Amino acid sequence: MSAAPEKAAYEPVFTGDRLKELEAIMARYPTKRAALLPALWMVQQARGWISEEAMVEVAEILDLTPAYVKGVVTFYTMYHQHPVGKHFIQVCTTTPCNLCGAEDVLAAFLKHTGCEELGATSPDGKYTVVEVECLGACGFATAVLIGDDFLENVTAEKVPEILKRYQ
Amino acid sequence: MGYPHPPHPKETVVLSQYFGDPEARTYEGWKKRGGYTALEQALSMAPGEIIEIVKESGLRGRGGAGFPTGLKWSFMPKEKTKPHYLCCNADESEPGTFKDREIMRWTPHALIEGCAIAQYAIQAEVTYIYIRGEFTEPLAIMQQALEEAYRHGILGKDAMGKKGLRLDMYIHRGAGAYICGEETALMNSIEGRRGNPRIKPPFPAAYGVFGMPTTINNVETLAAVPHIINRGAAWYKSLSLSSPKSTGTKLFSVCGHVRKPGNYEVTMGFPLGELIYDLCGGMREGRKLKACIPGGSSVPILNREETESCLLDYEGCIEKGTMLGSGGVIVFDDSADMVYQIMRLARFYAHESCAQCTQCREGTAWTVRILQRILAGEGEMKDLDLLLELAEQMTGKTICVLSDSCAAPVVSGIKKFRDEFEAYIKGARRPVTALA
Repeated sequence: MSAAPEKAAYEPVFTGDRLKELEAIMARYPTKRAALLPALWMVQQARGWISEEAMVEVAEILDLTPAYVKGVVTFYTMYHQHPVGKHFIQVCTTTPCNLCGAEDVLAAFLKHTGCEELGATSPDGKYTVVEVECLGACGFATAVLIGDDFLENVTAEKVPEILKRYQ
Repeated sequence: MGYPHPPHPKETVVLSQYFGDPEARTYEGWKKRGGYTALEQALSMAPGEIIEIVKESGLRGRGGAGFPTGLKWSFMPKEKTKPHYLCCNADESEPGTFKDREIMRWTPHALIEGCAIAQYAIQAEVTYIYIRGEFTEPLAIMQQALEEAYRHGILGKDAMGKKGLRLDMYIHRGAGAYICGEETALMNSIEGRRGNPRIKPPFPAAYGVFGMPTTINNVETLAAVPHIINRGAAWYKSLSLSSPKSTGTKLFSVCGHVRKPGNYEVTMGFPLGELIYDLCGGMREGRKLKACIPGGSSVPILNREETESCLLDYEGCIEKGTMLGSGGVIVFDDSADMVYQIMRLARFYAHESCAQCTQCREGTAWTVRILQRILAGEGEMKDLDLLLELAEQMTGKTICVLSDSCAAPVVSGIKKFRDEFEAYIKGARRPVTALA
């Protein structure tokens, strides 16, 4: 039996400036645990998602168990537990947006990105499209979040034009 | 100014005066518009005096529950034996509501000033502003405004030039969970825990974030405080068109089937019909009003007659069997499929249940399955009774009110639009399947 290919060594997220930044955040709270959500955001910003190795790293820094960290990661929907496309597209389809055609907008994103299925990443790795609950911009329906860009008044017709900006 | 529309003559513009004015976002711009004078004045008073003024003004919580703000502040221990905290609830996630987003987006310093006054009044050393993770733009603007406030000595050591006064304020970013807008879930989330609501009592004033005395207020509530300090409790109290128990102005976020959706600021007691027909430009061409949810998705639905005669204050909404809630007005015209939209609301709650309590975890998901069965043309008449029975089991039996909030539109929907449910069951309507 040949040996399994060696897995690339995990490279810690919190070194140098990033570690300093996390330590500054920890100083805002009376407990280390309270820095967990900000630490997870930092991991996601650096790596695009939160791997189990990263959860172990965060757990060690904040004196928590990896299981505890995973319990928190899985509670909050914005933390990615697996890699996603370069552009992560969240389309709101809750009632107010739904009344204004949000499901057509969602269908248009699925079609024009080539994702085809909700939560799946397009074959070129560029896009992941998900349906989300209320984004809190109901008067500007349909609300769409692409990466950190918050888009208002999106209609199905505008989708191809919008996607040109996210290549 | 005004955003996205210039103010309508019937609006009473206080909080929204600088919406759409990018200069008001900056520290200099805010100072030029009279910013931080209320904080200056507040710091010259004793904390108890400020609480009395806020009590006298009649200000009530704008997040949904409508609890008197001054009274809430007065619950904090007078003799300080441990750290006190202030939490600002900026986790705006109630479907139909988008007012706090605009306050933070256009007037971040108004919120900082309101927080600073409240923080001083309840003798807290730290304010945590909990902003939902999806609000990328308000997060960036608030962060920048906080940095400016620290740089100009509004916050930090010797705040406002007062020797020995320290005011610290930090943003805590949420990560996608509606339930974190529930006050104790929000505190758990700040502490780095899953956002599960806690059993009350103990209430936050005794045992809040980090187990310490805590006050938690909504963004709109805190943003109103500087105006009350500047112009007095009597002025604020005079802003009332109907019940004397509802005072001041309120931002109503109007969405759905109206010509001009957006935020509108009116005096408490303003008629809902006028808000929809005059301020928002009414229905689209050829369409008629069918229903309205006046206070965010968690409150009972009103039919057309009720909507047209409802007064927008805490008491006026209760009179119509609903609640003022967060002021998120969702308007449905006669093209709306009420069964589908109620299913969609139930699906929201099923998705957002923290799953601690059985009635909620199972009840919300079961409600969705029954509604989808009806929509698919496979429902039976007894399913409507089942939905109502289920709703009863979901009301008043759980740690927080998420479960009750799922039941409210279902019960009021079946009561007021029963014919639409029956049409699906009897095969008079073409079955529909939901996208997901």
